[in-house]
Amino acid sequence: MPYEIDYLALAPELIVVGTLILVLALDLVLQRENKYWTATVAVAGTALALVPLGMLAINGETISMFDGSYVIDEFALVLKGLFLVAAYIVFLMSHHYIESERYYQGEYYFLLLASLLGSLVMASARDLIVLFIGLELVTGPLYLLAGWRKGDVKSNEASMKYFILGVLSTALLLYGMSLLFGLTGAVEFTEIAAATANMADEPALAVAILFMLVGFGFKVSAVPFHFWAPDTYEGAPTPITAYLSVNSKAAGFVAMLIVMYQALPGAADIWAPALWLMAALSMTIGNLSALRQTNIVRLLAYSSVAQAGFMLVPFAAAAVAGANLEEAFGATLIYLVIYAIMNLGAFAAVIAGARKTQTGTIEGWSGLGRVDPILGVLTAVFFFSLAGIPPLAGWFAKFEMFRSVMIADPATIALAVIAAVNAVIAFYYYARVVKAVWLDDPVGEFADEAAVAPAGSLKLALGVAVALTLAIGIYPSIAAFVRDAAQVLATGG
Amino acid sequence: MEWFETWGLTLTVFLPVVGAVLLGFINRDNEDALKITALSFTVLAFIASIGVVVGFDFGGGSYNTYQFEVNETWIGAINSNYHVGVDGISLPLLVLSTFVMVLAVIYSWNHWEEPKNPKAFLILMMILATGMNGTFVALDLVLFFIFFEIVLLPMYFMIGIWGDRAPRKVPGFSKPYETRLYASIKFFLFTLFGSAFMLLGFLAIYFESGSEGARTFDIQQLTELGASGAFSGWELAPWVFAAMFLGFAVKVPMWPLHTWLPDAHTAAPTVGSVLLAAILLKLGSYGFIRISLPILPDEARSWAPIIAILAVIGIIYGSLACLAQSDMKRLIAFSSVGHMGFVMLGIATLTDIGINAAVIGMVAHGLITGLLFFLAGSMSHRYHTREMARLGGNIKLMPVMGGILAFTAMASLGLPGLAGFWGEFMSLVAAYNPLDGLSLGVFRTGMVLGAIGTVLTAGYMLWMLQRVNLGEPNAEWEGHEFHDVDRFELTAWVPLIILIVVIGFYPKVIFDSTTDAVTSLVDMVFAGDTTASITSVVKGG
Repeated sequence: MPYEIDYLALAPELIVVGTLILVLALDLVLQRENKYWTATVAVAGTALALVPLGMLAINGETISMFDGSYVIDEFALVLKGLFLVAAYIVFLMSHHYIESERYYQGEYYFLLLASLLGSLVMASARDLIVLFIGLELVTGPLYLLAGWRKGDVKSNEASMKYFILGVLSTALLLYGMSLLFGLTGAVEFTEIAAATANMADEPALAVAILFMLVGFGFKVSAVPFHFWAPDTYEGAPTPITAYLSVNSKAAGFVAMLIVMYQALPGAADIWAPALWLMAALSMTIGNLSALRQTNIVRLLAYSSVAQAGFMLVPFAAAAVAGANLEEAFGATLIYLVIYAIMNLGAFAAVIAGARKTQTGTIEGWSGLGRVDPILGVLTAVFFFSLAGIPPLAGWFAKFEMFRSVMIADPATIALAVIAAVNAVIAFYYYARVVKAVWLDDPVGEFADEAAVAPAGSLKLALGVAVALTLAIGIYPSIAAFVRDAAQVLATGG
Repeated sequence: MEWFETWGLTLTVFLPVVGAVLLGFINRDNEDALKITALSFTVLAFIASIGVVVGFDFGGGSYNTYQFEVNETWIGAINSNYHVGVDGISLPLLVLSTFVMVLAVIYSWNHWEEPKNPKAFLILMMILATGMNGTFVALDLVLFFIFFEIVLLPMYFMIGIWGDRAPRKVPGFSKPYETRLYASIKFFLFTLFGSAFMLLGFLAIYFESGSEGARTFDIQQLTELGASGAFSGWELAPWVFAAMFLGFAVKVPMWPLHTWLPDAHTAAPTVGSVLLAAILLKLGSYGFIRISLPILPDEARSWAPIIAILAVIGIIYGSLACLAQSDMKRLIAFSSVGHMGFVMLGIATLTDIGINAAVIGMVAHGLITGLLFFLAGSMSHRYHTREMARLGGNIKLMPVMGGILAFTAMASLGLPGLAGFWGEFMSLVAAYNPLDGLSLGVFRTGMVLGAIGTVLTAGYMLWMLQRVNLGEPNAEWEGHEFHDVDRFELTAWVPLIILIVVIGFYPKVIFDSTTDAVTSLVDMVFAGDTTASITSVVKGG
């Protein structure tokens, strides 16, 4: 049967494919001192891919291809936009970082673009196979990229840990999916939903769901599957860490929720308590572990574990209480988008600060605000935004999260209280970084001003992130389209 | 002045933050330009608030009608609006806030605490001003929450960067910790803890306020709903009130949630303590009057005795704690716990006299304690110590400073004829005769204990005066030349002194604004239980 292919709908993916081939080709012909062109091409290609995305968004039609396995709707567009913008910021962050350390630039951008392609595919996936391929394409290149600083033992450790646990999680995920296929004989979400509607008592279904949850849990580094995250985050090149904690996490997150939401709504009794537990544990253990960190990147690693818990809260609460999942999905998505922006900003600030202070310890950042006030203010903005302090974007994410758990049900109220207490705990360690930057007296020498001025691309990354953080915080309506996108999924999917 | 009707409050709230942005562009070495810019924008905000007073219709109108109202869509998806407005209750507090801000900028003109950096300090002050002014005019729960929280950041930095560097032993840590670091994070965590639950309370109210699509965060609409009994019998209501109570009570602060206050006030730089005491604490008690009482009147009734008991404990505890202090600034800080106890006792009576007492008590406490912190700051600036044992004979060394200190201490202990008297006296009067149905036993016992509290207040204030002001100067100051009050200090303090006297002799300036609003508030939400004596007490003053 011949398939109709809408090339405009696939244009973002095609542009990314074209870019990554171009990067690889350029890498072959360019001299070493000109290799930075690969970065420029990658940045330009990512920006270019946003153009057809915008056209599709204005068009607003839902396009379904390959028997409904690949869908371009508002939901997919929002996610693709998020992945592209986040990747764009990561490229900007990488530019100087990778160039100055003399790593293999061409391959770096090639792999990162491949990962980006995976996330774009994942956003449109509406069956298990496409979803799996997309998700694995996201993580595959990252196993390599995590070990990019190959002279550093920590980076090797990062890569190795990530690889072994990642492969394990993939196996578990695939095993769960195959069980699901065996039970239902279908791979498409809507068909699975229909087939599993009356299957709640089937033990094999529970096993399938649990295997998949464990697999996804590793991908999003939710507790208790988070042990790889801090080591990998610390060892990997910082832009890759940013990418791991935003794109790769978001991809895993959306994949998990979309499978539960679209394919297994009838089995909510099985997965809802598991998600509830994962949310509560991720928040609490992530936060408590973050309290003890002395390395700033490790702190962000645990913070991202805790933030994953917060993100799960709306969905888990609504599912446990049997309430409207649509609202909850919207809240989770808004949280995801805002988290992506502020977390990228925080990592960009960490890269700039690490160049300035020549250290990754929180203590080493003491007094940074006095030497470089602008960087100090930006650090405060991003970290307080992560803590959810108004008027920075993070407050709206937390607000939406709390709003969606206001369901009169003991389990959800318990989760709301856990989240509220955790919001306070989280503040403490975010404030520790700000305290070091602004309140503490300098302990070490700072690098010379001229030698470490942040590169132009890094400044641009910081600028984009801070502008979005402030704008969304002061006028959250501009993030409201995200919620509409979630509703499309509920009605149209 | 048509445009001012719509823009007046917005200007009052946002002029300071515009100033903050401008300050960001001025070079940090150009100190004069920084100070002049900051002063002009605080003065402009003050003028705008005076414009609001001038244009305000004191004829009253019933509670829940606001003037200078603006209501524009803000976050459409959750039906939250940029809704601001003033009534007789918020007006005095708004003016207090803009006014004290101007004085604080003037005072800081030549009082920069280590590590100086006027630029950063002034920017923080400007942001703080926007947060405080905004809280008093916000008529939307989300907007209120945002402004309520905005004040935390600048205050955190003020305490943390410019605060007291003396090391202190912190329980749980083996190494001593600088006071400023401990106090700043404690302040933030306490308030954040309260406001996280407050937000949960707001959200619960939102969901109860109507069906899907008709839900609202609007305080005006919610007040109507609350007065018409829409939230009566709501099973979650006690929890919601408790959640909001936590948020507001931490801020006030009420015993036993007050422990952040002595640390924060003592550690903060002078201007920080002044703003904390004069305005920040009022955000909490204002929240009770504006949000808790009108929206959940039934719960307010059942919680009133508890609030009253905690308030009285606060009065007694605060006073006794004062008597145990050796540090002058810490003594003043603890006195706030006692004074805010009177404010909360007034609110807890749920009567017009009590709430009037609370508002005038807030204003008076803002002026008096603000001035006391100015004085404590200036004195420790000169003596380099706040230990009362080492001070003494201050009035001989610095007659003007000592005189002002004596005056302010008298005002603080509630001397009739000065501003502090009305709040204490009237809240005790109100406690004698609380709203019908409230336990007379609890409130009258509270009144007696509160009266004992006033005696204790007089006790510790006089004790402080005696130790600091009177007697012979300590031998260690022999040969020291002390500058008496300088012109910046005088410029900042004299307006406060004048107002303390004016309000003391003529409290009508406040009551003219508040009485109508308060009376109709009690009328509206607590079903016309006004006590007959209101006019005689209030207008007769």
